[in-house]
Amino acid sequence: MSALNISNAIKLYGSNEVVKNVSLKIEAGERIALLGHNGAGKTTLLKMILGLTSFNDGEIKVLGEAPGSKKARSSIGFLPESVAFQGALNGREQLRHFARLKSVCMGKADDLLERVGLGDAASRKISTYSKGMRQRVGLAQAILGKPKLVLLDEPTSGLDPVSRHEFYDIMAELAQAGTAVLLSSHALSELETRTDRIAILRKGQLVANNKITTLRQQAAMPIVLRVTTSIEKVEQVASELGAKRVNGQVVELTCLQNQKIATLNRVTALGDVIRDVEVATASLEELYRYFSSTGAEVI
Amino acid sequence: MEIITIAQLELVVSRRNMWVAVSVFMMVLFSVVLTLAGGATASNLGIDPLGVAMTSITTLAVYLVPLIALLLSFDAIAGELERGTLALNLSYPISRGEILLGKFLAHFIILSFAIAVGLAVSGLLVIWRHGMVDISFAPMLRLYITALPLGAAFLGIGYLVSALARQPGVASGLVIIIWLVLVVLYDLGLLGALVADDGGYFTNTIFPVLLLANPADAFRLLNMPEISVSALASGLNAIGPGISKTGLLISLLGWPVLALFLAWIAFRKMET
Repeated sequence: MSALNISNAIKLYGSNEVVKNVSLKIEAGERIALLGHNGAGKTTLLKMILGLTSFNDGEIKVLGEAPGSKKARSSIGFLPESVAFQGALNGREQLRHFARLKSVCMGKADDLLERVGLGDAASRKISTYSKGMRQRVGLAQAILGKPKLVLLDEPTSGLDPVSRHEFYDIMAELAQAGTAVLLSSHALSELETRTDRIAILRKGQLVANNKITTLRQQAAMPIVLRVTTSIEKVEQVASELGAKRVNGQVVELTCLQNQKIATLNRVTALGDVIRDVEVATASLEELYRYFSSTGAEVI
Repeated sequence: MEIITIAQLELVVSRRNMWVAVSVFMMVLFSVVLTLAGGATASNLGIDPLGVAMTSITTLAVYLVPLIALLLSFDAIAGELERGTLALNLSYPISRGEILLGKFLAHFIILSFAIAVGLAVSGLLVIWRHGMVDISFAPMLRLYITALPLGAAFLGIGYLVSALARQPGVASGLVIIIWLVLVVLYDLGLLGALVADDGGYFTNTIFPVLLLANPADAFRLLNMPEISVSALASGLNAIGPGISKTGLLISLLGWPVLALFLAWIAFRKMET
């Protein structure tokens, strides 16, 4: 059974269709990044999965259960965007409260607080926490009781680079243990190596849903080869490869994914005059811009 | 079980945010002032001094208990929505009904505690000044027991407003208006209408129903000493067959149930 199965979900606010016929499936242990502009429908989709907001058509199943049902909710962990807590409580009290609601023992809650690096701040009131610390409490409560599906809305906002790294480590651990992870984010460069699949929403429509390598092929975005040579040979190399000069010793040429090896062969055939070759594939950011602009076809 | 968990958290938070202290302080302050003021007139009349104090405190409780209840409850849902804690709480495997009942339980305990402390201080003051002679605790007990459903009713009204208003600022304004209308202006309006009607259809038919319909009035009438009720009945010719003790009790006990039910409906329909 899929951890999450959305089929043809539609959500209207008045006559405005904010989620248009979205279908998305997540299996146990998969990590999926949900991308999209502000207002593309990411948070609405997450709220539909949680049962916090109703939808007009289609079907959503969380481990085979209806969204918002007690069974569905007890197997979901959720970190809302800009998470907030009772400032009058300290970190330990707040997490223990959530543990009680999820029927998780108190010791587990305290361990988790250590795991997210808040062991020393556990007895301080949450109102004195920094944004990054509150985000850590949010992450800790989302993974309480080993949920089968974790929904994270902008989980790394407010975290410093080291914390972000730790966050993705925790996420990888979860996925290894069989938890399906769906996270929305704007920090694209991090997601490239840290997720299994990318889903992109554009104005409520799912325009991409695949591995990043497959998306690259779909987008057919050119690969850039940056060839370094010497000052004396730069003109010759540029003309032989049909490349564009970038500066005194670097030329640049582009090719499609399926011509990559052939093009590399042409470059290496030039022999000793080549000092270095850099191959730059389309970054997630470029792919994201491609898919979220109106050019891409709807899948 | 989840209800208890929610209530425990709410109690801790209310204690730290000083809501418990403020509630108790308000009740004690006004109880002491009214007991001392009432005691001055009753001291040499041979009337039960505690009874006199309770009559004064009844008049006070009609205003103060609903006010404290509304202050405790108006933020319950709108505040969580604005702070962003509501969506997170609702993602946990608890129903909205359980959240509402948990909060109600906590606020009801705070209110009961505040009223109890206020009455206890008043009772101790009377005993300290007059001794134990001629003292009957029945009016005090009746006042306490009837004040609880009065508070519960206004807690429910507060949650209803909180769920409908969605913003704590709007909710706080609305509960003050509701308090003014139900507790202060309602009686003035009735009195005005009575005078204008001069014993006609309104006085005999509508007035008793309106008096019953307001939990604050039901509370007030239930706590009036028997003598003054009969005086009011003969004087105003108002407490006729339309108003019985049973009717007053039904009104007082029915309101909390109705208000909480409506609050639950509003909370359920609320999109976060």
